[in-house]
Amino acid sequence: MVNDVRKHEDPKPTAALRRPDAGAHAAGVGRSSGRAGRPSVRRAAPHQSVIGWLFVLPALAFFCVFVVYPLITAVQYSFYRWNGIGASTWVGVDNYVRVFTDPELLISIVNALVLIVFFTVIPVASGLALATLIRTMRPGPFATFARTVLFLPQIIPLVAAGIAWSWMYAQTGTINTMLDSVGLGLLSRSWLAGFGTALPAVGLIGSWVLTGLCTILLLTGIGKIDASLYEAARLDGAGWWREFATVTLPGLRQEIVVLVTITVIAALSSFDIIYTTTKGGPGTSTLVPGISIFRLAFTQSEVGLASAFGIILLALVLLAVLPIQLLGRERD
Amino acid sequence: MVVNKTEAIIGRVVLVLVLILTLLPLAGMLSGALQPADRIPDGFSWPSDPQWGNFVVAFQTAHVWELLGSSTLIILGVVPLSLLLSTLAGYALGNLRIPGGRFVFVLLLLGLTIPFEAIIIPIYYEISAMGLLNTQWAIILPLIGLYMPFGVVWMRAHFVGVPTELSEAARIDGASTFQEIRRIQIPLAMPALSALAILLFLWTWNQFLLPLVLVDDPDKRTMAGALGAFQGQYLNQLPLLFAGALIIMLPTIVIYVIFQRQFIKALLQGAVKG
Repeated sequence: MVNDVRKHEDPKPTAALRRPDAGAHAAGVGRSSGRAGRPSVRRAAPHQSVIGWLFVLPALAFFCVFVVYPLITAVQYSFYRWNGIGASTWVGVDNYVRVFTDPELLISIVNALVLIVFFTVIPVASGLALATLIRTMRPGPFATFARTVLFLPQIIPLVAAGIAWSWMYAQTGTINTMLDSVGLGLLSRSWLAGFGTALPAVGLIGSWVLTGLCTILLLTGIGKIDASLYEAARLDGAGWWREFATVTLPGLRQEIVVLVTITVIAALSSFDIIYTTTKGGPGTSTLVPGISIFRLAFTQSEVGLASAFGIILLALVLLAVLPIQLLGRERD
Repeated sequence: MVVNKTEAIIGRVVLVLVLILTLLPLAGMLSGALQPADRIPDGFSWPSDPQWGNFVVAFQTAHVWELLGSSTLIILGVVPLSLLLSTLAGYALGNLRIPGGRFVFVLLLLGLTIPFEAIIIPIYYEISAMGLLNTQWAIILPLIGLYMPFGVVWMRAHFVGVPTELSEAARIDGASTFQEIRRIQIPLAMPALSALAILLFLWTWNQFLLPLVLVDDPDKRTMAGALGAFQGQYLNQLPLLFAGALIIMLPTIVIYVIFQRQFIKALLQGAVKG
């Protein structure tokens, strides 16, 4: 399986997000000497710049109209009390204060942080374990089948995943049937309806979706680690754990940074799975920022408050993601 | 490579368990879909009298033909234009290295981190002001903008890796910028372009929040968006909901199984870049 994946990997410089300047450096490697003697703007001809800007403008226009402008508008809305139709009142930072003082909204943020365990910690940890265990697997029909199945949750819409799992968790659903059949019927319950079980239950759906992605990406990463390092570790008499800690883990640093980044973003901005399974309930036990923003804006007509929460969500994502990027860049 | 036998066996066993866990929810949904439509389905087992007719009923009541038409329209609106604009901008930023391009690039990188929920409210009022609510345009236009950071960053990463000597050689041979793009850059960019096309197709097909907020009529939504609407509608006919969900997933799963290598490659690279 390792070889199978390795065969198809792309040698291109990657990871634009984790290393914002990676492209320029990586691409420069092969021809840096050629470029060194030239001015940094290689094509001095002015018409080239004009053509270049003409090429960028359409993309930039769509980006500005549907991302930058809405973002600025959201900031503007966030300082007003507005029901979406009538007049709006300037309230300063009141909406931001409300997000952090309203217990229901605060719980959304706490729940999103808890979901990081299920969207990030579990998938990355099980991906690491699984990838380490199957790294020596030979390519073949079974390896291909395994890879196809592991990726399946990435292909189907999260809404469908939510519906499938609602049935897993239902009173007469798959999990309870299986518990009954092994004599653990006492444990059976409506998992998504219990205050204590709902959040872990929706969290595990995230684990289900993301574990395959983590496994395959980490396997690809292991494939890139120099095999002689493993040989050396074995010759030195390193056990499974030593080998994992001294060869595999350091070698996968970049992959882990990437996975932590995307899964943390997925946890903080989760919406589809929760909207289809619990809509935030029971009570507030599975509320997340996405659901709160949706509710505030489109059912409770609190557009200003919802916008402030949106900006806070964006800040949370940046707060979580930027340190991870710096951590990943340290070694380069 | 030294292979430890016990480790290899444990690996196989764990892998098989994980595969079963991955397939279980989908198998459970299939078993539920085959039970009598008017009852709350019971348990996880192959029904004694599988109701394959549920799929026919779900196909009709879910207006699957209309939905396929709507999703196709949205995808045809989003994917080709996104590819074109991303390629042009990626080429300008990665190959031409225009003055001020660095600023644009950093702006787009920051755009990569914006959760859709953070800006969905202004987008709603913007689309409403344009008079496009409840039309497919309400999904197509914002998605092009929302996918633009990823698309441009992706294509730029490709163009940065193309040796400049190629462009220079073409220029010496008297090719114009457009000829160079058409005859040299586009053919070279095909792998990056097709991977991007796969990702955009998948993300558009599975897009849920935008259709939910911007389009009330399920028949004008994406597949995933429509599925959200059925959920409320089929509360008392769960087997039909499951059948509908399976029908809606089927096209992507079929395409995925056929092109799984390309899909996985695209998704892996997408993960690394996104």
